[in-house]
Amino acid sequence: MKPIGILAVQGAFAEHENRLDELYVPWIEIRQRKDLDGPLRGIILPGGESTVMGKLLQDLGLLQPLHDRIQQGLPVFGTCAGLILLAKTISGGESPHLHTMDIAVKRNAYGRQLGSFHTWSDFAGLGNVPMTFIRAPYIEQVFGEAQPLATVNGHIVAARQKNQLVTSFHPELDSDQRVHRYFLDQIVNANGD
Amino acid sequence: MNEQVNRAELNRNLAQMLKGGVIMDVTTPEQAKIAEAAGACAVMALERVPADIRAAGGVSRMSDPKMIKGIQQAVSIPVMAKCRIGHFVEAQILEALDIDYIDESEVLSPADNVYHIDKTKFRAPFVCGARDLGEALRRIAEGASMIRTKGEPGTGDVVQAVQHMRKIQSEIRWVHSLPEDALFEAAKQLEVPYSLLQTVHENGRLPVVNFAAGGVATPADAALLMQLGAEGVFVGSGIFKSGDPAKRAAAIVQAVTNYKDPKVLAELSEDLGEAMVGINEEEIALLMAERGK
Repeated sequence: MKPIGILAVQGAFAEHENRLDELYVPWIEIRQRKDLDGPLRGIILPGGESTVMGKLLQDLGLLQPLHDRIQQGLPVFGTCAGLILLAKTISGGESPHLHTMDIAVKRNAYGRQLGSFHTWSDFAGLGNVPMTFIRAPYIEQVFGEAQPLATVNGHIVAARQKNQLVTSFHPELDSDQRVHRYFLDQIVNANGD
Repeated sequence: MNEQVNRAELNRNLAQMLKGGVIMDVTTPEQAKIAEAAGACAVMALERVPADIRAAGGVSRMSDPKMIKGIQQAVSIPVMAKCRIGHFVEAQILEALDIDYIDESEVLSPADNVYHIDKTKFRAPFVCGARDLGEALRRIAEGASMIRTKGEPGTGDVVQAVQHMRKIQSEIRWVHSLPEDALFEAAKQLEVPYSLLQTVHENGRLPVVNFAAGGVATPADAALLMQLGAEGVFVGSGIFKSGDPAKRAAAIVQAVTNYKDPKVLAELSEDLGEAMVGINEEEIALLMAERGK
């Protein structure tokens, strides 16, 4: 089976690797341009610092090829910083990175670390799932083809646009596997190869 | 889940997000912006970098809140700040500033020769230095949600950080390999709570994220510590005491991402200008790592 790529330039990529191990899904780390050469079934953009990951995508020559693969339909799942990397609009001055998803994002929307929190809320009609927000963003607005999948206190915290799935929380930090399963079943497997 | 347990977990989680990154010491909003643009995953706001603290001597304290606020306004990445070992009021002040992480640090003059801060009483997360597994687990028992090696700050000499990282890793491997009935004696030897030692025994790692710190001056130093098992790197004086801070900072960031690829490291090490001068441990009068065991 072709592996899922996990962007491993900075952040909590090991947590996604552990989750895919639990689900018996093969993965490889993406750290350099050449790591993108092989076939992939999808890619995960983990949590971390979006400014760091955005800069490293640029410096390592990953930005354009990754952008093109996602535009061509490669399934992608972005959590927290990964969501920011995909957004077309980022409020507060940071310029967009991959610029592939029809969402407007507010960074550090809940404030600094003392504003980080844990809660439960419905995700995509699957029932309540645990949601851990760490200096998290939320989605101010979806437009075009993006659809909201979850809200917390009136703010959108998960969305999907065809092959692209994003959450502003961290499903990789909780033991519940449903959000990763949703990505694999509804987007990766539905993609056919 | 009660608020205290929840908060401790959220604080460990923030450290998880910093992994694979470089946390840089900065003394002004301008330096903070340079660090952020170079790819720092967080900045440590302090009045003087350790090399200058060493040179100036005297008592070294928490930074002026005004200066910390200036840095918080200048960047969007997490901002950390240092308080003295045992100085829980400095920690209370930093928490009131809405700081992202408090470093209870041996780089400043200790305020208490016996007690570290009871970090379980705070909502803000703490990172603490350690030279071995015993120190690391004692700090975690007190509520630290992230550990870093002490190294020897302000020297540009990586030898102590290497020693501390190797020591912690080898002690973890030792605990991991022990039969269960030997854990009680090991807890006694290391002077740590049995329950924490049990976690290390089961998982073969610390229960919190572990960075390297103290004396990192080059991309090769950073990659060395990553290969020895660090999950990320603090760089103090090494950046803003060098010839070309922006370039060196960016090179160290990339070295931490591609720490296992010597070809990339060779390119990154090229033409970085002058590294910080450095002093070695025999030449210094004050071993900061000896503070707070």
